Amino acid sequence: MIFLKLILTNLRRHRIRSFISVAGIAFSVAAMLTVVTILQGAIGMFSGILSSDSEIIVFERNVSDLFFSNVPAAAVNEIASWPMVLHADPVLFGVVSSADHPIITCFGVTASDARIRKATWIAGDRLTFAQHADDVVLGERAAEFLGAQMGSHVPIGHGIFHVIGILQTANGFEDGGVFMPLNSAQSFFHKDGMSSVITVKLRNRDDAASFKNMVKTKYASLIALEDAEFNHSYSQFRILKATAWAVGGCGLILGGLGVANTMIMSVFTRIREIAILRVNGFSSMQIAAMIFGESAVVSLLGAGLGLLTGTCLLLILKLVPALHGYVDVTIQPVVMLIVVLLALITGIAGALYPAIYAMRIRAVEALRFE
Amino acid sequence: MNPTTAQANGHERIVLHAEDVWKSYDEGTIAVLKGVNFKAVEGQTIALCGPSGCGKSTLLHLFGGLDEPDRGSLSVNNIEIDRHRNRLSLLRHEVGFVFQLHNLIPDLTLAENCLIPTVAAGIDHKIAQARLRQLTDRTGLSHRLGHRIQKLSGGERQRTALCRALMNKPKILLADEPTGSLDEQSSAAIFDLLLDLVATEGVTLVMATHDRGLAERCNRLVEMHDGRIHESEDAR
Repeated sequence: MIFLKLILTNLRRHRIRSFISVAGIAFSVAAMLTVVTILQGAIGMFSGILSSDSEIIVFERNVSDLFFSNVPAAAVNEIASWPMVLHADPVLFGVVSSADHPIITCFGVTASDARIRKATWIAGDRLTFAQHADDVVLGERAAEFLGAQMGSHVPIGHGIFHVIGILQTANGFEDGGVFMPLNSAQSFFHKDGMSSVITVKLRNRDDAASFKNMVKTKYASLIALEDAEFNHSYSQFRILKATAWAVGGCGLILGGLGVANTMIMSVFTRIREIAILRVNGFSSMQIAAMIFGESAVVSLLGAGLGLLTGTCLLLILKLVPALHGYVDVTIQPVVMLIVVLLALITGIAGALYPAIYAMRIRAVEALRFE
Repeated sequence: MNPTTAQANGHERIVLHAEDVWKSYDEGTIAVLKGVNFKAVEGQTIALCGPSGCGKSTLLHLFGGLDEPDRGSLSVNNIEIDRHRNRLSLLRHEVGFVFQLHNLIPDLTLAENCLIPTVAAGIDHKIAQARLRQLTDRTGLSHRLGHRIQKLSGGERQRTALCRALMNKPKILLADEPTGSLDEQSSAAIFDLLLDLVATEGVTLVMATHDRGLAERCNRLVEMHDGRIHESEDAR
């Protein structure tokens, strides 16, 4: 109890300094939580597009981005005919632009594609999809920002398209995207006979390994991955995740420097007090534990405050109409745990030098310190 | 029985022993102790007298394990003070310190300050509380247990420091000008209390002081000059 009080006493003694340190960690944690959650949400949404009613993705081997992947129609047709395959849907990804909106994701799909089959049609009818080359179906948010309605014509890229339906999905990319008939998209993006990926649903999931082997054997230029494998290995996802953690990590390092500064000041302003503890039998390890305890309290308070702030920030971002569907406020427990652990480690690392300094204080000299 | 006589007769235990102890500072340029030989018998009250800078405090620090001699040997309770290993045990169980300044932690209460040595030594809280009550009753501080140090008078602070020094039942009390910061009246009262406590607790007292009047109330007076012990005699 007294040991705890010795830890807390110094934090109470310099309230403003302690608060600034806690705030530093809190902002770092909030930043990390927000960035990581938003990016993981975005990754989740993108992988959600790929795994819609499918469990395997087939795409061109060694491409850095699925937008550059080319899967020939012949492969689509053959794979769809394999007995173990329930359905194989080719999807062509592209990026189109319109006035004021330079980046709109475009999905070239067939009428039977799960993405439009499973979406809620606010306007239009799925059965009319792909009957004309200039037909498009818009996601709800895309319709909103393009100012389009059912039956209207919208300029997209260098073409004018006829809106034959508006979809509502929970996925931000799909909700803000444009769905074109596959043939139209191939023509629009000059990729005749090609798709970016094939999303495959097997009759029996246990056949996944043999399916992947068959693809490997028959198509040297293609690779088949199960959804989980893809999410884990896709370089773009890995880059995004690494970026998120790196940005958050930089924030935490700054927070850690704040803790280090506080702890150095804390030790320097109570050299005499530490000497008193030494004279009364405190070991150097007990002194170090006191310093680390103090930084741990700062870090945990900061982490708690940061989690609260980050969650509030994410909730606010979710309410911003422009970000609808892009921000997923579902904070994964593992992310929370990692963020708290990182904050704690950063705080303790920040206290390393002060603790070593405190351990080396010589009581005899320090008792003369005023 | 006079402890010095008892020591000579071999009936009493030697609790402090310094043999040819040298200590200097600033890379040997300031020699403070120059071959000190010293023995203290269990239960003695010893006054170390001498001018400022003669080495009184340094000798106390060496006995308390707060500093190391350049050469020579020191033992407390027949245990030679090791360079590294047993200093902590010395501070926790064998030796208590009282300084001229009370050296209490201002943000803690009287009770919490007194309990610090028990926390360091890992003594059971209930045992520590009982000891605290015993000592504060004896020193007249039991009504001030929850008070912060700022609220205490100079005399009360020094009595608190005395309680803290005796919390872990040390065998030796090292006091460095324990009444030096008090007025004459408080000084006399604290010293009376100090003598009373060391007598009832069976503690050996070694006290550095400039106050001849206090020194003469100890049962042994040791004169130090220029880093050497010049004479040792019974004060009474």
